[in-house]
Amino acid sequence: MKRAAWKYMNPYLAGVFLGVVLFGSFLVFGHGLGASGGVALLAGSAEAALLPGHAAQNAYLVNLVESPPSPLDNWIVWEILGVVLGGLASGLLAGRVRPETYHGPRITPRARWAYALLGGSIAGFGVRLARGCTSSQALSGGAVLSAGSWAFMFAVFAGAYLVAYFVRRLWT
Amino acid sequence: MFPLDLDASVGHLGANALYVLAGFLFGFALEQAGFGNSKNLAAQFYLRDMRVLKVMFTAIVTAMLLLVGGDALGLVRSEVLFVNPTHLWPGIVGGLVFGVGFVVGGYCPGTALVSLATLKADGLFFVLGLFVGVTAFGESVGLFQAFFDASGNYGELTLPALLGVSPGLVAFGVVAMALAMFFVAERVEAHFAARDGGKPC
Repeated sequence: MKRAAWKYMNPYLAGVFLGVVLFGSFLVFGHGLGASGGVALLAGSAEAALLPGHAAQNAYLVNLVESPPSPLDNWIVWEILGVVLGGLASGLLAGRVRPETYHGPRITPRARWAYALLGGSIAGFGVRLARGCTSSQALSGGAVLSAGSWAFMFAVFAGAYLVAYFVRRLWT
Repeated sequence: MFPLDLDASVGHLGANALYVLAGFLFGFALEQAGFGNSKNLAAQFYLRDMRVLKVMFTAIVTAMLLLVGGDALGLVRSEVLFVNPTHLWPGIVGGLVFGVGFVVGGYCPGTALVSLATLKADGLFFVLGLFVGVTAFGESVGLFQAFFDASGNYGELTLPALLGVSPGLVAFGVVAMALAMFFVAERVEAHFAARDGGKPC
């Protein structure tokens, strides 16, 4: 693919687009959007498949994947399948689908992979503790004015700004 | 009126198809916004490009105003909408931890899936990290179960209920706060653009 990629959408316009999708989700389903819950279901199902005896003794896994009859037939799993397809379609249209690694100017792609793995692990723990992520808590809970979701949202920004200085070598 | 009774109208399979469609539009919007690129997300925390804040708060304000308006017109029964229960302290501690993961890893779960979908290796590693992190949580939550279940557990608590004012007034406050943040964000970006001489960060 040699053609130049599209510019990213104006952020306010993208925000209205995303907001209308979020509103549509509340209208049709009665709840907002999500992402981390689907990842947790996939990870829990994988763990239960690999370690069946262990999963039956872990209350978290029993609730998540052992007691529901078909844990992966859950709305959030279908939705994250859609997220991947929608991201791919948008990327194809915009000319941005190609294997690459986004990284700051002072680190190598390999170092970036390690930090992405580390950051993803930290974030994965955080979203389960907070019962949701930027999608399910901040956007969805924010739009219906949940007090806890707003507290979560400000905590996310606080946590990121608090350590941004110390990890500036990764990005600047 | 709304929300719909999905299983009665389109059945389980139809509902699943609608969830794929909703996710599709969600992923499409995230990719168009530039959120498949970790550099755009991390730039928020170095004040060079505030598109995370702009997109997030515009989306929240848009959905909030449509919901409040739909309720006022009698189209949306907002009392049956899902409101995330407030578990104050696990939410705040989890948010802080998640924020650290966000700036170290460069993504959040939804944006990492979009990044992975457009073949970015850093998005793939972040998603693998999410699997590690959620599994670690499941293996360790038993050690702090009481904190997770009961700390600051206020159930369904909205800002209007907490403050004792109407949802319309809170919505007005959220819009005012968002506009103030957008104003500051534009000034901050202009400041750094001038200082860095237009050189992209």
